[in-house]
This record gives sequence, structure tokens and C-alpha cells, in this order.
Amino acid sequence: MIKTVHHDLLASQQPWVKVESNPMGDANQSTLEVTELRVVRGGNDILKSISFRASSGELIGLLGPSGSGKSTLIRSLLGVQAITGGSARILNSDAGSPALRGRIGYMAQGSAVYLDLSVRENLRYFAGVLLQGPTEVARVLDVVALTPLADRLVSSLSGGEQARVSLGVSLLGSPQVLILDEPTVGLDPILRRDLWRTFDDLAGAGATVIVSSHVMDEAARCARLLLLRDGMLLFDDTPTSLLATGATSNYDEAFERLIEGDQ
Amino acid sequence: MSLRRTLLTTRRILEQLRHDPRTIALMLLVPTALVGLLAWTLTDEPGAFDSIGPKLLGVFPLVVMFLVTSVITLRERSGGTLERLFTMPLTKADFVGGYAIAFGSLAIVQSFLVSVLSYTWYGLAHQGVPWRISVVALCAGLLGTTFGLALSAVAHTEFQAVQFMPAFILPQLLLCGLFIPVSRLPTVLRAIADVLPMTAAVHAISPLQTNPYYLGQFAIMLAYILVALVVGAATLRRSVK
Repeated sequence: MIKTVHHDLLASQQPWVKVESNPMGDANQSTLEVTELRVVRGGNDILKSISFRASSGELIGLLGPSGSGKSTLIRSLLGVQAITGGSARILNSDAGSPALRGRIGYMAQGSAVYLDLSVRENLRYFAGVLLQGPTEVARVLDVVALTPLADRLVSSLSGGEQARVSLGVSLLGSPQVLILDEPTVGLDPILRRDLWRTFDDLAGAGATVIVSSHVMDEAARCARLLLLRDGMLLFDDTPTSLLATGATSNYDEAFERLIEGDQ
Repeated sequence: MSLRRTLLTTRRILEQLRHDPRTIALMLLVPTALVGLLAWTLTDEPGAFDSIGPKLLGVFPLVVMFLVTSVITLRERSGGTLERLFTMPLTKADFVGGYAIAFGSLAIVQSFLVSVLSYTWYGLAHQGVPWRISVVALCAGLLGTTFGLALSAVAHTEFQAVQFMPAFILPQLLLCGLFIPVSRLPTVLRAIADVLPMTAAVHAISPLQTNPYYLGQFAIMLAYILVALVVGAATLRRSVK
């Protein structure tokens, strides 16, 4: 269903270079540098001290139980959550700095599009804000396979279709960094598979893609996993290494053992 | 601030309304019908409609635009679209300006409909100047829009936003001279009424005053619009603490 993406993105994004995934990050191609990031909200330590780096071409799964701080981490990277301590730098700018606006694709939990507009009108407005024209709208409609539904009101679409509209908005302008907060929640298995293929393609085309999820089974789809628990980064390595650490073939079990070992 | 992004925002808001014809109909037809009803009730009171009718042209745009704007802005907050826009290069001024232009134009259409029907069908004999009535309606619409934007920051739910209506609108309605002339109010109330935005709108429509008097009333309205715009933009936060 969402097959054209790789080709389209490569065609429109000449500067992107496909790089091998590198779990430890690389100073030269680093798109994201989080150093001892701390967020206190309402007197609670939501994020305690998070450090990691990411490079272009990486598909990173941000996993953890609900309430572990995933959304807060994502919102700090986007600059909509104030940072208490440490730093988060994206594309060589501090998170939230005006220079970054429009350079990070963001898909929030919940659709965050206008339900009372058509798919095309939504994309046209957000594209306009990014100073992009109809060509970009047509490209994105194609990537998320919504061209046939372009003139339907978003409120009349199914949950999965609405999620694709939201993803489409975050792909406008082919941002170098994509941050997707629980994009597959509540979707059927086929659609989830298609979305993960899209994420894979986007990373393949050179973007840094961070996908949060609380479903451990989705872990295997990422080359690199960040496991968050109680505002701490518990694990940062490949899925294979996670299974090896837990001496199991089940991701949920591996995570449980990791937590037990941590206590 | 970018004019292009402001106008795109205006277009997007008008597109949203276009998909919701019932809201447009309510915004345009309810005030028109209400003024008609008022004219009807005053059929046997010579001159009464001529004195009350025009004042409503300053009251309706303020009330209607206030309600619509506070609810629609709140929807942007709760629906996540505002947060998304703030990760993009859209300034607060673009956002607030887009709303002001969209609803300001609707206020003009609304007042045009009401005044055309008032002067023809409802038989209004008013010595006001039509252009001044239009400008007052625009200002009143902008007052409603900008106050709606500012207050939507305080309200956390659409239900709360609607509760602000009686708190914000009704006192002004009582003091603006609709029921009893401002000059006959007790001294303290009169001092308050004289600086309220709705009173200024009603005064700016009243006939047979001097130009400096009208200018003063427009100045009061403009000052409120500017203050509400600044407050509205200031309370739109890009990030939470």
C-alpha cells in the first residue's frame, strides 16, 4: 500500500545520504544529541538524566510503559516542553529554538489535524505554513496513500486513515528528523505493518526517525531501541542485544528481566 | 510575522466554517432575526425601535464573535493542532491575526445583513451614517474575537468557555445604555460604563454627536482590541513549564 515512499523521498531529497545504522552515534553525522536531560514538572521528576545521540538514517524505537516519560522526552525534543536541566540539541540547534521550526516532523498522540477540513485542505494549510506548494501536498498524499480520499472530510475517515493524515502532515517538507509519538496505537496489524514500512523507508532515505510505542513487539522493527522507565534510560542497543541480555526470545520478557535486574 | 502565513490561517478558518454551514447560518441569521423580533415587539411604541435597534448593531458582533472564537480556539488547543503549529514557523501574531481577519470579515457581513434589513424591512429611521455603522460593527466583531482569543487561554474546557459568556458579556449589556441611558446611571456605574468596550460601540453608533466624540469612542474600542491582542498572544505559550 505505502510503497512509493522510498522512490519519492530519494527523488526529492538529493542531499540525503543513506548511512548504516550506528547505535553509538557518530559525531560527524549526529542529528540529535541529548545530554543529561532533566525535566521537572509540577514538582515531579519526569525525566531524570537522559543522554543519547542519534544519526541520520537511524530508525529508533522509544519504548517503555505508559507514564515512563516517553511523551515528555518527545515534547522536550520538539521544544513544547521546557527543559529543567541538561541539553537537547537537534541539527546543531537547541531544542525549541526558532531555527528548528518546520525542520522536525512531528506526529503527536491523537490526530492533531483539523477534523472539519478535508485531507487536502489540512495538508495545504500546514504545507503553506512551511512555505511549500501543491506539488509537496500531492507528493505527501501519495506517500501516505491518501490521494483517493483527498477531498473527504477528516472527520469522516477511519482511525487508521486519520493517523495517515497526521503522518502526512509530519512528512511535509521532508524533514531530516521525524518524531512520532505512538503512531500505531489503536491501529490494525496490517496498517501497523504498512506504517512501519514507511518509517523504515524514511530512515532508509536518510532521515532520523524516532518512533515511540508501548508495544514491545514493535521493538524488532527498529535497528536500535531506547527503553525508558521512570524517567531513566534503561537500555540503548539493538533488539538482538536486548533479547540476549534477557536470555529470551520474547521482548516483553526481556524488558521485565531488565527491570528486575535494575532493581 | 508573515502576511502570507496570516492569510493562509484566515483561509483555513474560513474553510472550516464553509464545511459547517449551520454555524455560518447561526452567526448571520440569528442576529438578523432577533433585530426583526425586536422591531416587531416595538410596533406600537413610536420611535422606540429607532433608538434601540442601532445599538444592537454594536452589541451582536461582539457577543457572537466572542462565543465562536473562544470555543474554536479552545478546540485548537485540545485537538493538538495548536501544538503542531507551534513546532512550525508560525508566529503567535500570525495565528491571532489569522483569526482576527477571518472573524472581522464575518462581523462585517453580519452587520451588513442586519443593517440592510433594519433600514428596509424593519423600517428603521436612524440618522446614523451607514459607513460609521459598518466600522462600529467591524470593531465590535474584532473586540469579540480578540477577547475570545484571550479568554480561551483561561478556560480549560469548551463548557468553561461558554460560562465566560455571562460573566463577560452580561454586565456590559446592562451598562452599555441599551436598557437605560448611561447618563442616568449612578455615578460609580457611569464611570465604569463609560470605559467599557460595549458602551463605546453603542456610543459610536448613536446619532448627532460631534466628530471628536466619535473618535474618542473608536479610540476606546481600538485600545481594547490592542490590549486583548497582546494578552491573547502572550497567553499562547509555545512550551509548558
